[in-house]
Amino acid sequence: MRKILNSSISRRAMLGGTAAAIGALSMPSILRAQDRSLKVGVYGGYFKDSFDKNIFPDFTAATGIAVESIAEPTGEAWLVQLEQAARAGVAPADVSMMSQVAMLKGQSTELWAPIDTARIGNYDDLLPQFVNKYPDGRVAGIGAVAWYITLVSNTDAYPEAPESWASLWDPANADKLGLLALVSNSFLLEVTAKTFMGGTDALDTEEGLNKAFEKLAEVKPNVRLWYRDEAQFEQALKSGEIPMGQYYHDVTGLAAADGHPVRSTFPKEGGIQDSGCWALSRASDKVEEAHVFIDYMSQPEIQAALSRKVGTAPTLKRDLLDLTAEEFASVSSDIVPIIPRYDLYQTKSDWLNQKWTELIVG
Amino acid sequence: MRREAPQKLTDYAPLAFPAIMLVVFFVIPFGTMISVSFFQRQQGGFYTPAFVFSNYERFLSLFFANVLGFSLMLAVLVAICCVVIGVPFTYLLTRLTRRAQIIWMVALLSVLSLSEVIIGFAWSTLFSRTAGITNLLVALGLMEKAVALSPGFPAVLTAMVYQALPYTILVLYPALVRLDPTLTEAARTLGASPLRAFFTVVVPALRATILATLIMVFIFALGSYLLPQILGRPQHWTLSVLITDQAIYQSNMPFAAAMAVFLVLVTLAMVALTLFAGRKRESAA
Repeated sequence: MRKILNSSISRRAMLGGTAAAIGALSMPSILRAQDRSLKVGVYGGYFKDSFDKNIFPDFTAATGIAVESIAEPTGEAWLVQLEQAARAGVAPADVSMMSQVAMLKGQSTELWAPIDTARIGNYDDLLPQFVNKYPDGRVAGIGAVAWYITLVSNTDAYPEAPESWASLWDPANADKLGLLALVSNSFLLEVTAKTFMGGTDALDTEEGLNKAFEKLAEVKPNVRLWYRDEAQFEQALKSGEIPMGQYYHDVTGLAAADGHPVRSTFPKEGGIQDSGCWALSRASDKVEEAHVFIDYMSQPEIQAALSRKVGTAPTLKRDLLDLTAEEFASVSSDIVPIIPRYDLYQTKSDWLNQKWTELIVG
Repeated sequence: MRREAPQKLTDYAPLAFPAIMLVVFFVIPFGTMISVSFFQRQQGGFYTPAFVFSNYERFLSLFFANVLGFSLMLAVLVAICCVVIGVPFTYLLTRLTRRAQIIWMVALLSVLSLSEVIIGFAWSTLFSRTAGITNLLVALGLMEKAVALSPGFPAVLTAMVYQALPYTILVLYPALVRLDPTLTEAARTLGASPLRAFFTVVVPALRATILATLIMVFIFALGSYLLPQILGRPQHWTLSVLITDQAIYQSNMPFAAAMAVFLVLVTLAMVALTLFAGRKRESAA
């Protein structure tokens, strides 16, 4: 830069030349971008902002496909909109980030266009939990983002980190815990099954579920706060008001880095791994672009970038990624995760919800 | 001035605007809710138009009866607390100079500008062990060590009364300002103490206003769903909390609608009962 400034070319000529060069370089890609575009639904707020800032511009630069990102509401409102639009042959977004339960619900109406795995370069390197399949084996969705819910504690109140989810049941922790308030977002049935019943397969039968509920009832006297709002628990955890509970691994890590006396621990039974999939609406006519997009997002470099910049756990096997041990630990763990039994929240949702509400309210 | 009864159809025209507003913003949404409450829930999906009673059947259980009972009890208690605090407060307020009244009113109105979320979080901090009011009491030597006052029933009640009190005072204020001061003066002349004059003259003269205020605060408190969540334990969650859970988190619109319809019906019944009881007493008196 300094050299250019010191050279004998006049400033005006320099500016003119630069403008022409930028024009020449950018024109074709603008045209291409207009030719090829993709509407991508992303959870509104933090995820959309991070993707817009860190991921989508690079994707457009690499592929020439312009991305129009759409903020989608979490929960199932977006699924309802996609479903109704698809019936009318419209796709409000071509590719959307969908929760696992929403993926299953969409499968029941064939909402998701099958994905051609031959066109996803790193398909074989994806961790198995990040491939969402129709019962007949067609692929409905590919992992987009994943995050962990772990055992968190206040370091002032607990100088030693807890090691197991069983700490939640410890009578010494009476009235000290903050847990998520809903059966379908706390995943405590799975935690109970993994910790005390040998694994989440124990929840296959109604008998097993009842046993898990019974065991879970024992945790009630220890719970001070059943929270729906994250801010509520995070504040109480930082101040030590509620010194232990379940919370998001990445956010707890950020709070600890800011100097708050908190820590996130992967219990020996594993953290709870929740995730969202990329899924393509059957009403979309951007099948080609959607495959390019999903292929791009599933590359090791992009997954590493997501971990570093957005804080999500990678969907690919660890050895492919160039994440340092520290970077990896800030978003994930080598301990086998507890994968929620999403199928139960589809087939038995009302029964589970009723039992759960009676358990914690009653 | 004598008002003439409407003669022609056009005389009813001024009624059209409120009627349209009522239909668009109340009758249609409420009608939609009633019809959805009879729809068939598709578990793992959404709902399909139908005419089934299963949503109401699910509601008719001891569990939901308890939750409904608690919600009604909480709303009644909030209404009573607000009136017990609000009537003497407003009465004293009307005795102040105009300037002082304006300052009080501005302060009260500013409370109305706070959202339920802010009120909830502010009280949860005030009631906390680490930063709450008990630390102040410890500093003053009144308490041994700081304790947490939330979550719990008193915390929920306090915050809900705090939220509803400005409305209570705003409703009571006009009636109390217009109250003839000669009534109390007469009572005092006849030898009643100020307290006795207040209870035997002011309160009975305001019976209709107090009843209307009770009903308003009751209905206002019945809809609260954030404060019980932020400041209460699960057993202090109102029916409104469970309706929100069903509608937003379970996407079970038919069941949420059925619960909401039930809540509206019970509310209307309670209001009717209160009005009926009030009228009966009036005619007996």
